[in-house]
Amino acid sequence: MHFNFHKTSHAAKSLLIAGVMLSIIMGDSYAQSIPSVRLKDLTGSTIDTGMLENEGNPIVICFWATWCSPCKRELNNYMDYYADWQDETGVKIVAVSIDDSRSINRVSPYVMSSGWEFDILLDPVGDFKRAMQVVNVPHTFLYNGDGELVWSHNNYAEGDEEELYEELLKLAN
Amino acid sequence: MKHFIAFFTLGILVGGGLKSQESNPGVVSGNISVLFQSYEEDSLIGAVVPPGKSGLNAYSNLIYTQGNFSAGLRYESYLNSVLGFPGRFKGSGIGYRYARWSDREVGVDVTVGNFYETFGAGYLFRSYEARDLGLDNAMDGVRLLLNPIDGVAVKMIYGKQRLDFDSELINGDGIVRGIDAEVNINDLIPGLEDAKLRITPSYSFVSRFQEGGNIVKDTLILELPKNVAGWEYGATVHYGMWKGGVHLTKKINDPSADNGYIYKDGEALMGYLTGNIKDFSFLLQRSITDNMSFRSDRDLLLFDTPINNIPSITKNHTYNLAATLYPYATVINGESSFRGELYYNLKRGSKLGGKYGTKMNLVFSTSYSLDTTNLSGVEGIVNGYQRNSWGFGDSLNVQDISFEIERKFSKNFKAKAMYMNLQFNTLATPVTTDFKGIVFADIFVLETQIKTAKRQSLRTEFQALFTEQDKGDWATAVVEYTWSPHWFASIIDQYNFGNPDEAKRVHYLYGSAGYINGPHRLSIGYGKRREGIFCVGGVCRAVPASSGLEVTFTSSF
Repeated sequence: MHFNFHKTSHAAKSLLIAGVMLSIIMGDSYAQSIPSVRLKDLTGSTIDTGMLENEGNPIVICFWATWCSPCKRELNNYMDYYADWQDETGVKIVAVSIDDSRSINRVSPYVMSSGWEFDILLDPVGDFKRAMQVVNVPHTFLYNGDGELVWSHNNYAEGDEEELYEELLKLAN
Repeated sequence: MKHFIAFFTLGILVGGGLKSQESNPGVVSGNISVLFQSYEEDSLIGAVVPPGKSGLNAYSNLIYTQGNFSAGLRYESYLNSVLGFPGRFKGSGIGYRYARWSDREVGVDVTVGNFYETFGAGYLFRSYEARDLGLDNAMDGVRLLLNPIDGVAVKMIYGKQRLDFDSELINGDGIVRGIDAEVNINDLIPGLEDAKLRITPSYSFVSRFQEGGNIVKDTLILELPKNVAGWEYGATVHYGMWKGGVHLTKKINDPSADNGYIYKDGEALMGYLTGNIKDFSFLLQRSITDNMSFRSDRDLLLFDTPINNIPSITKNHTYNLAATLYPYATVINGESSFRGELYYNLKRGSKLGGKYGTKMNLVFSTSYSLDTTNLSGVEGIVNGYQRNSWGFGDSLNVQDISFEIERKFSKNFKAKAMYMNLQFNTLATPVTTDFKGIVFADIFVLETQIKTAKRQSLRTEFQALFTEQDKGDWATAVVEYTWSPHWFASIIDQYNFGNPDEAKRVHYLYGSAGYINGPHRLSIGYGKRREGIFCVGGVCRAVPASSGLEVTFTSSF
């Protein structure tokens, strides 16, 4: 294990490429499941994200923040359809706030006033965000009933909820 | 460094080996983000071309996970770094790497290498990355998280902090070590797990070691403390969706470049309450911080190796003019501040609420200097000043009042309006060199969104800022068109129409378009970028004006 970094920066680059290739090769046969990170919900209970489940039905994990306008548009639009989606597909939406110490206390009043019925988790340190490879918000992930990642989308534009709905219907059928 | 590359390789090899045995080979996940800018000269806005004519920042994170084991690294490139980013970040290499073993059954989670962590409200310890700002004070050492029994969470950290990057990670001088314990009383006592009232006390202790020596102040020779300790008592109470908390933080004498090398102890007190009554929900927060700058190197300033983070009291605005012209940053040596936020939702189907309901919110935040008296003589040289009360001082730092209303009028049309009244002391937060004193500004915003066709929508923003001070009046217009789920195009024009200097009444026009496919996003933009200010936890960084092409690409897998 005697490695000299200065002499082997090429090795680091090769490593990076190797890692990327590895993930592509393995991507087909081994789907990603939800990583395990301990987060709090709005009532102060600790939730292990690796234990998130929905009785064999799909789970949507949506990263957002109180300072992110497209995130709020996305979740407000989902809320308009949530009851119907739940009836048709049994889906559960988990909205993970990445608000840090500056704005974390704004999450609860915003959620209450918006009438969101999603499960809300708080990720102020960003451990879950990093484990899920989220670069910027909004970033939305869809897991099937077996906890396997089947779809994800970065950013939100009006109408994206229709694509998510189509993906949900594929899982329900 | 070498050990971590070895670790990572080992992890992948182990994974590969296991794959051939048809057991779980582990999973690699990652992301890539690239920001490229090329520059053109534009004397009208003061944009200059750096010698390299272009800039590139690129990052890639990789995480390998196999059962309870994971290892990760971040490869970074600054070739050269884009304008406005800390210019000393240079070259390509690994800036973050770790190996981690976590077993939730046993309640042990250990990380060796880099990690981010926060204790309590972050007033004593917060290690985090704000990449857009060029701030990264990642720890490099060991982190141990323990859950010995249900309801008890212990965090231990030990390491150095990231300071710089020159083809490899460069850590700061001091060593930071700390422990944080949080007890969730409801989980400890059987029968209380599902009670509405939940009480969670916490305690943190952090200490920094840095070689000392003597300093000469006036006629005195003073010894610099090698070890500086701080501690925080906290308590959080939940009652259903109501939540309140108090954090009291103290720090012993820590002469530093921030505080002018005075030996006064540091102190901070923060309390907040959130809750709802019928359709109203609210947040109240009061905080006082006194001499709480804490770094792993006492001689550094600004973005370098902060151990803690004192968040800004003001709202994180999203509209361009409200967010970037006068952003408030905590006055690091001390401030007394308050914020109150009120949210109200006119229900769907009600007479005033309309078919889809109407949302409103009112946010008030203010910050003043501390109530202090300067000391004289030897006492003044050593301790600087004394604080007389937990109240407000005489000098206003900021007062920000904003009201926002949002309504969906039909399936295809919604609108949002905001009014903001701002008083901003540019002596407290030096965001401009053109004006010293209090800027009084009124800001108006109207945002609309129209669904033009199936999966297509047009969004517009019209903003205006009126002020007699500094650079005078501004207006911004944004037009954005999206074709879900793949395409977008937008144009933004910022116009300094009220600048007292007529030659500076300039349009900053910038257009961009992009393509999104699942977790991959590419955008290309061209135009003029106004000089701006980025602020975080007490410090601001100026980004110079620039003109030219910008390409960004992000992807995760």
